[in-house]
Amino acid sequence: MSAMISINNVSKWYGDFQVLTDCTTGVKKGEVVVVCGPSGSGKSTLIKCVNALEPFQKGEIIVDGIAVGDPKTDLPKLRSRVGMVFQHFELFPHLSITENLAIAQVKVLGRSQDEAREKGLKLLDRVGLKAHAHKFPGQLSGGQQQRVAIARALAMDPIAMLFDEPTSALDPEMINEVLDVMTELAQEGMTMMCVTHEMGFARRVAHRVIFMDKGAIVEDCDKDAFFGDINARSERARQFLSKILQH
Amino acid sequence: MNYHWDWGIFFKSTGVGSEIYLNWFVSGLGWTIAVALAGWIIALALGSVLGVMRTLPGKLLPTIATTYVELFRNVPLLVQLFIWYFLVPDLLPTPLEMWFKQGISPATSAYLSVVVCLGLFTAARVCEQVRTGIQALPRGQNNAALAMGFSTAQTYRFVLLPQAFRIIIPPLTSEFLNIFKNSSVASLIGLMELLAQTKQTAEFSANIFEAFTLATLIYFVLNMSLMGFMAWVEKRVRIPGMMGGSK
Ligand SMILES: Nc1ncnc2c1ncn2[C@@H]1O[C@H](COP(=O)(O)OP(=O)(O)OP(=O)(O)O)[C@@H](O)[C@H]1O
Ligand SMILES: [Mg+2]
Repeated sequence: MSAMISINNVSKWYGDFQVLTDCTTGVKKGEVVVVCGPSGSGKSTLIKCVNALEPFQKGEIIVDGIAVGDPKTDLPKLRSRVGMVFQHFELFPHLSITENLAIAQVKVLGRSQDEAREKGLKLLDRVGLKAHAHKFPGQLSGGQQQRVAIARALAMDPIAMLFDEPTSALDPEMINEVLDVMTELAQEGMTMMCVTHEMGFARRVAHRVIFMDKGAIVEDCDKDAFFGDINARSERARQFLSKILQH
Repeated sequence: MNYHWDWGIFFKSTGVGSEIYLNWFVSGLGWTIAVALAGWIIALALGSVLGVMRTLPGKLLPTIATTYVELFRNVPLLVQLFIWYFLVPDLLPTPLEMWFKQGISPATSAYLSVVVCLGLFTAARVCEQVRTGIQALPRGQNNAALAMGFSTAQTYRFVLLPQAFRIIIPPLTSEFLNIFKNSSVASLIGLMELLAQTKQTAEFSANIFEAFTLATLIYFVLNMSLMGFMAWVEKRVRIPGMMGGSK
């Protein structure tokens, strides 16, 4: 398997404050990598660096052979090929679900309205929300909105998907409907980098788990190793795991 | 007080041609509307561009927009009007200057000056509203749009501005009303808009109370209609499922 995303020695500062310190990791084609770690450890920052929503000052990130940090890189084009799902869904509230699914296909990829609509409806059906096509985001539950957001990203035929805590803003009873969609996606071979604290999902679906602390990647290992041999893990990772596995 | 009220005055002849006083008010109202609407178009277009500029990354464009706002907000409106009417024409290239001073009627040159003046003055105020509206949106909306592959221009056009404009309809309404009220400065450079016609009626007929009562009434009805119009616009663009929208 070849590397779809490779992150080499990336460091980032906000002024004097270093948010990322020499992060090196990668995601292979078809691989599912879960990123976890305490709040403020830099998980969101790292994942946003991958599609250049955040600039970084040192190191390099290569996505499908293209250097993200290169000033010559066509960032909109690169981003259109990488799907991203956010904690707060970020559907466009002034557009109907159908329009949310179609707009970037039309404006960015240049597809026709009809083609975009049809593709959007097919994906909406896939996440079980076909009946809601005509509604607006504010008329859906959180779980439904997040499934639409995933469908919206998929409509662009992404080569990889980034998830930033896609379930942490959801009521408990809605978490599974989103995780189910993500699981299905993983099983179909989508390349995924997921920031999440859903360790059940990580155990079932992930190939690798990355643990971050204070801006650095502390653990980067196979899922089985991560969950299997807890004593081989760093002190910080053990503390973190024992805390989140309690509930 | 020994004042002789005569509400019939508006139907009496002015002694100028075959006009009655009511004709003067109608014509004054026409100029007032023509000044305010043309000024508003300039204010809305330029103010939107400036408002967007203030929220862009980088330094140059935001600084230009900020300087504009400070300049046009802090110089009194009347001073600005006199500059546009008395000073600026002298600075124009000679053919333009001649055209402005001799090629067009005095009413037209006064009209152009006051439209430019009110348009540029109100643009500074619209700019601030647009900026506030954009900044009130969740940051995630910008990120979500960029992550789909939208360029910065597309992000503003399809995601940020449609939401920002909806938020700022109430403050924009009051700027819209203000430009109608402010248009009365035109009377000071001889444009026969509503206030000027009122003063002239008061002088010609000596029925000063009736004249100003009618003017007050006209301004009042005008403002109420504008508010009604804006309320209609607000209702038409209301987003289903959002605060105040229908489910
Ligand atoms: N724009 C910013 N300016 C300055 N500091 C920032 C900025 N954005 C994030 N930070 C800081 O960078 C650090 C990493 O933030 P980040 O959002 O990546 O953490 P996280 O691991 O995603 O945390 P969480 O689990 O709370 O989402 C935090 O200490 C945060 O306060
Ligand atoms: Mg985060």
